[in-house]
Amino acid sequence: MANGLEPSRLHSSDAFRTAAVGLQTRKLRAALSALGIMIGIAAMVGVLGLSESSKSDLLAQLDRLGTNLLTVQAGTGIGLGSGELPDEAAAMIARIGPVETTSTVSSVSASVYRTDYIPEGETGGITVQAVDVNLLDTLAGSVADGKFLDAATSAYPTAVLGSVAAERLGIADVTGTQQIWLGEQWFTVIGVLNQFELNPDLDRAALIGFGSAADYLDHDNVATSLLVRADPDYIDDVMGVLSATANPQNPEEVQVARPSDALEAKEAADDAFTALFLGLGAVALLVGGVGIANVMVISVLERRSEIGLRRALGATKRHVAVQFLGEALLLSVAGGIGGVALGWLVTGVYANIKGWATLIPPLAIGGGIAAALLIGAIAGLYPAIRAARLSPTEALRSA
Amino acid sequence: MTTTMSAGAVAPVPGAGVVLSLHGVTKEYPTTPPVRALQGVDFAVTEGELVGVVGPSGSGKSTLLHIMGTLDRPTAGEVTVAGYNLADLSDKDLSALRSRHIGFVFQQFHLLSGYTALDNVADGLLYTGMNVATRRGLAHRALARVGLEHRLDHVATKLSGGERQRVAVARALVGSPSIVLADEPTGNLDSKNSDAIVDLIRQINGDGVTFVVITHNREIAEAFPRTIGLRDGQIEYDSGVR
Ligand SMILES: Nc1ncnc2c1ncn2[C@@H]1O[C@H](COP(=O)(O)OP(=O)(O)O)[C@@H](O)[C@H]1O
Ligand SMILES: [Mg+2]
Repeated sequence: MANGLEPSRLHSSDAFRTAAVGLQTRKLRAALSALGIMIGIAAMVGVLGLSESSKSDLLAQLDRLGTNLLTVQAGTGIGLGSGELPDEAAAMIARIGPVETTSTVSSVSASVYRTDYIPEGETGGITVQAVDVNLLDTLAGSVADGKFLDAATSAYPTAVLGSVAAERLGIADVTGTQQIWLGEQWFTVIGVLNQFELNPDLDRAALIGFGSAADYLDHDNVATSLLVRADPDYIDDVMGVLSATANPQNPEEVQVARPSDALEAKEAADDAFTALFLGLGAVALLVGGVGIANVMVISVLERRSEIGLRRALGATKRHVAVQFLGEALLLSVAGGIGGVALGWLVTGVYANIKGWATLIPPLAIGGGIAAALLIGAIAGLYPAIRAARLSPTEALRSA
Repeated sequence: MTTTMSAGAVAPVPGAGVVLSLHGVTKEYPTTPPVRALQGVDFAVTEGELVGVVGPSGSGKSTLLHIMGTLDRPTAGEVTVAGYNLADLSDKDLSALRSRHIGFVFQQFHLLSGYTALDNVADGLLYTGMNVATRRGLAHRALARVGLEHRLDHVATKLSGGERQRVAVARALVGSPSIVLADEPTGNLDSKNSDAIVDLIRQINGDGVTFVVITHNREIAEAFPRTIGLRDGQIEYDSGVR
């Protein structure tokens, strides 16, 4: 300084300490005012974490199930078709270059009962489907107990139950000899399946081989739907030609779908919720910011004499402003850190229940703390300026 | 008394021995109607003095203390502290001046709650830029000087009134200021503690510390080596050093 006076100085560690004083002496109030920020940040981190965790679970699921499955379904109803695909449909589709495998499903009009003395009609909504032995591989399905149909068992009165069908029939496993009354015949249950993630319709079915369908139930084995796996690189091209290939005369009577799309669509619906919760989190943050500003204004009023004292001890206006701004920042950062921890915890617990891996996007953590800091800075600015502008004599007289 | 300070002096005047001088100081508060709290106040304090300023309530004592302490600027007149003319200094400079050259003792003690006696005293050096170890070391010595070495780690606001004011005196002394200004330092104390604080001030003054003590208590003020009487914002009498 030109006049030889060494300027007042406040080390940053001391600035931190002065900022923390107010919080130490008013712990409950500090905790309550940080709570708003904490809830807001927790909501945002939790929502982003849950969305990320469920997305990664979906990606893992799609990876496992593959996105290259296409279903070809015969339409039913007036003008929609007979419910049957032309005889040569499977062969024609198999001839499309990028198609890797096809699997035929034929709906059998037969009822399934646990025993032969259950009244007719009480089928529990269980359908009977004649299927190829490659169905399980084509759908990336799995067996919960027993075995799937093979070339041998397909010719005999044996059945494999979808997960829902098994539950409704009260058959959990195939220990002993489980028999069901299927189309007025006794069929032996040789396997129970896990849920089909790509084709829930088959969960409600009793699956039998084409041989036994023809021999024991007098079924015509006409395809009602086809399951097609194709080269993922040409999946759109294959999708484009499937209906015309399956039924060249009436392509409009054929419905083609890609089941993995449904899974992705469900996730997209979740995104809408994510946006909603993020909005709610933002509102909580705003309320939290107002809370901090409010507490800081009160703090400045209550601590006028402290402000006066500090000015008398040589604090500049800036030192006073830094103290109160620092206090607001500490409050909001404490809320932010608490919020990240809480959001993390909520995500972890929920993901655990769902069997997902817990994934918190680093951006949500960094963003959460940064948002808390920003709000603290905005909320603390006005009270800090007020404290700095307070005249030292006024401040000292007020005590 | 000599108050030979050249107007506009920026650097300390060497050898003059004058720590504080007021020349024609007037303070008017811009209320409606305006209040003239001080009018034409002239006096100077030299190094090592112990001055009592006495006057009835409303006579302008606190206003005078604030101006001497550079917490407020006069409406007219000239003030120098430790050789610096207030008119030449920015608000930031005044903060620097206070942090190094002026110690304050207040009637309400103004100790920070939740802080120990040691940290309260160490905060007297907070804005000097000294590191915390140095500040604590000096604070320890200052507390020993006021007879509170056994209270270092006690929470200051839980001490007795007399002890609290001793902590405040230690805080005023800790930076070895050019002058200590006390505003009614015995105002919140019983007569026993009041006497003890006055004795402490005398004892510290005996070590060469310059004091201006403001009080409405004639007895206290007139027992000091020099007494200035204030009435209606004007100096009624100045005993000079007895
Ligand atoms: N900030 C202020 N605004 C207006 N008037 C004030 C202010 N401070 C003090 N006064 C007035 O100035 C006069 C002197 O006050 P003060 O310096 O506090 O006297 P004392 O300390 O001797 O009681 C009183 O009349 C008081 O009302
Ligand atoms: Mg007063």
